[in-house]
Amino acid sequence: MIRIAGFFRYLKRNPRLAVGLSFVLILVLFSGLGSLLVPGERAYPLATTPNQRPSLQYPFGTDSQGRDLLAAVIKGTYLTSRIGFTAGAIGLGIGIMLGFLSAYYGGLLDTIIRWVVDVLLTVPGLLVLVVIASTIRKGMNVNSMALVVSILAWMWPTRTIRSQVLTLRERAFVRVAKLSGMSDLEIIFKELMPNLLPFLGAGFVGSVTSGIFASLGLEALGLGPMREPTLGMTIYWVMYYGAFIRGMWWWILAPILVIVILFVALFLVSSGLDELANPRVRRAV
Amino acid sequence: MTALMELRNVTKVYTGGLFRRRTTVALEDIFLSIGGERPTITAIAGESGSGKTTMGMLLLRFLTPTKGEILYKGQDLAKMSREEWLTFRREVQAIFQDPFEVYNPFYKVDHVLSVPIAKFHLAKGKAAERALMEKALLDVGLRPEETLGRYPHQLSGGQRQRITVARALLLQPRLIIADEPVSMVDASLRATILESLRNLNRDLGISILYITHDLATAYHICEDIVVLYQGSVTEAGDVDAVIKNPKHPYTQLLVRSIAWPDPKRKWGKVEVARSKEKKWPGVEWDEATRSCKFADRCPFTTDICLQKLPPLFQTESQRAVACYLYKDAPILEGNEIGKVLGQKG
Amino acid sequence: MNGELLQVKDLRVYYHTEAGPVKAVDGVSLSLGRGARLGLVGESGCGKSTLAMTLLRLIKSPGRIESGQVLLEGLDLVQLPEDKMRQVRLGQISLIPQGAMNSLNPVMRVKDQIMDGMKDHSEKMSQAELETRVYEALDSVELERGVANMYPHELSGGMKQRVCVAIAISLRPKIIVADEPTSALDVVIQRQVMETIERLQSALGISMILIGHDMGLMAQSVERLAVMYAGRLVEVGRVEDIFSEPLHPYTLLLISTLPVLEAKGTFKGIPGITPSLLNAPANCLFHPRCPQAKDICAQEVPALIEARPARWVACHLDEVQR
Repeated sequence: MIRIAGFFRYLKRNPRLAVGLSFVLILVLFSGLGSLLVPGERAYPLATTPNQRPSLQYPFGTDSQGRDLLAAVIKGTYLTSRIGFTAGAIGLGIGIMLGFLSAYYGGLLDTIIRWVVDVLLTVPGLLVLVVIASTIRKGMNVNSMALVVSILAWMWPTRTIRSQVLTLRERAFVRVAKLSGMSDLEIIFKELMPNLLPFLGAGFVGSVTSGIFASLGLEALGLGPMREPTLGMTIYWVMYYGAFIRGMWWWILAPILVIVILFVALFLVSSGLDELANPRVRRAV
Repeated sequence: MTALMELRNVTKVYTGGLFRRRTTVALEDIFLSIGGERPTITAIAGESGSGKTTMGMLLLRFLTPTKGEILYKGQDLAKMSREEWLTFRREVQAIFQDPFEVYNPFYKVDHVLSVPIAKFHLAKGKAAERALMEKALLDVGLRPEETLGRYPHQLSGGQRQRITVARALLLQPRLIIADEPVSMVDASLRATILESLRNLNRDLGISILYITHDLATAYHICEDIVVLYQGSVTEAGDVDAVIKNPKHPYTQLLVRSIAWPDPKRKWGKVEVARSKEKKWPGVEWDEATRSCKFADRCPFTTDICLQKLPPLFQTESQRAVACYLYKDAPILEGNEIGKVLGQKG
Repeated sequence: MNGELLQVKDLRVYYHTEAGPVKAVDGVSLSLGRGARLGLVGESGCGKSTLAMTLLRLIKSPGRIESGQVLLEGLDLVQLPEDKMRQVRLGQISLIPQGAMNSLNPVMRVKDQIMDGMKDHSEKMSQAELETRVYEALDSVELERGVANMYPHELSGGMKQRVCVAIAISLRPKIIVADEPTSALDVVIQRQVMETIERLQSALGISMILIGHDMGLMAQSVERLAVMYAGRLVEVGRVEDIFSEPLHPYTLLLISTLPVLEAKGTFKGIPGITPSLLNAPANCLFHPRCPQAKDICAQEVPALIEARPARWVACHLDEVQR
């Protein structure tokens, strides 16, 4: 109980985290409740009359293939977020493993991992993804999209986690832990990792953001899962069907609005976590 | 009769700087023996750059020597079996300088006591564990109800440092390396903590290596002292004698600089030649010219001081001085340094 | 008392936290003559650093000067508007803060840091004049001229501390407040830095307030000593008098916990822990740890009175008050 109260008290002092998390909550509710209230089939083509302006029956209007845009955006939020979170999870998971091992053990292992990561970071990511995505083309669905964007999501976390662990490794409390009989792996998980939780959280959010961004890019180029109404695919259809020229503003607005809220939310959460992770910025208890 | 821990001709060299240009010798050809028949309480005294912290790190095996061996109970640390290693880890403990850094800010202070209890199987069950922690805290003068369950930032520096002493007490090691344990604690609290250390030595038979630059406290709790200057031993012996009657010019400088709390005993107006205060203390490794390291500041420098590093001369049964002023005394070989240390009955 | 350079009268500085007021400085009065050396000694958390910061009006919210005066040659610094106070800082009264070596700007050369303060204060000085002053300042703290072009990370601890001293005296202030200036330094360097400060201070006629917890350093460096406990002064007097005959029980205990050359043997600490300054009660704050506490000690705050000539003590004990 005390910890929950303490958490809310902290939020009052960290407005960015508070606002960011509220936005995330809004989107979760939007997507969650939405999927209960609006039947999912309507997010797919030929569900209804195409090219309708927003009305009471179709609050976001419909697109040229007959999708109810409200349903499409509700489903799309969920799908795109899932892609992002998968990328985030994989990125963070690999980042933790490689970053911790590399920093803690040093030596040859560290040199190899560092070299691989540095080389891969210089490769233009989007090009790699485009090549991979166009190879998969026919078989692309939401899950494979998630895996594809995850390919790029682990390198940056590895690097930043490594440098954080390097600073922690020399701290006196690690020495005390060794003298207390802890093994190296125990030290990594029980002593170092808890101190990095806010930092890992920020890294996670960063990976999620870049995963979503990459997926939007690929989908807008037409390399996404054609059948699913992800946010990026909606944008693709907007361009394919020339919605701008035809003045179908509702079609453009719907996905953009959600994307903006999503990115702002992720940014604020990441920024808020940065403050949590940096003890000098954080005000004392 | 084996000493508990020994340094045999240990040298530690750091290479650093851009393009590996700078090599710093932190410790050079050091011999030392600790413990043995009776538990010893020895001071390692020196300023920054003397190598004293490096010595502590080597003894705890957080660093490995560039040359020489370090032995625990006669066993070379580099060649220990897993079991011997675990025993070493348990029996040689440390108290560090910074009372805040030794705590993981994520955990309550209990963590630093409960982890070794668990890892070394010192108590069975939660109740026994708690009892053990409470007793250790009471033994160092802390009240368990005011300290357990708190986070490090909620306690004062003095309390935190006393908890680390309690931790050492708990483990009942054979040797404690105390690296400047009171320099970051208020002067008025130092007495309590140092008394605890002395009690550990006297009542529990634990050998203590007290690394410090504060000769006044070293005088009070230690029996022997080894003075280091830029990686070499300059003077070693009985602490009373060394401090009341320092023989090496560097030791004399150190003793004269002690800030005794006595307005009648002021520092005095004796000018001391300043050494060039360098950013990276420690001597550059240069095979060609080897001289006494203190030669540039010493008021008594002669020709031979500039040519060769002086060996240790045994001037009394309990004293060795590395200075050519005493060249008529017999030379003490490095590995005999134990003779001037720890001989009290 | 008149003609004193600095007079602090009944100063109170409280930190207003969510949990209540922390009375860091609770009714402190003292005075400092020209060219004099005053020591302020106390344990961590007794309020001495707060007092130092208050003398330079550097206290920030949630801390606030509740009441009292700080008179520098008759001018009350507490009431001074901020722009005038800025002129007073460094120009008339300067501070060597605790851990000063670590508060040098890592990306500025030493000479720029010294000039920084000077530029702010003076009427237009030419670059050449400023540089001359910088070299003078470095000379006076026995640093080579080459140091002027170095960055802080290229200097050792003692050298950085000397740079801080150089900055503090660069404008020939009337008072230097030194808060634990040698706490992280080796004993030999400590002596050298303290001797440099003292030499400068006598040569330039600057008064000094030395703040710390090390009675040994006080014995070596100051003429008069004020002992502070939990936000209040408990004893003030000449340093020789205090050491030879400490009157307040706390002072007595403080001195007896120190190592001395003659008496090797047990040296004991002071039992108990320092009190929290939060919601401090209105009685003698030392009485829970005092071996000679009486009933009245738990009820009334003892006033600082002149128990002997030139000796002030705040204690209820009869022998003290005589």
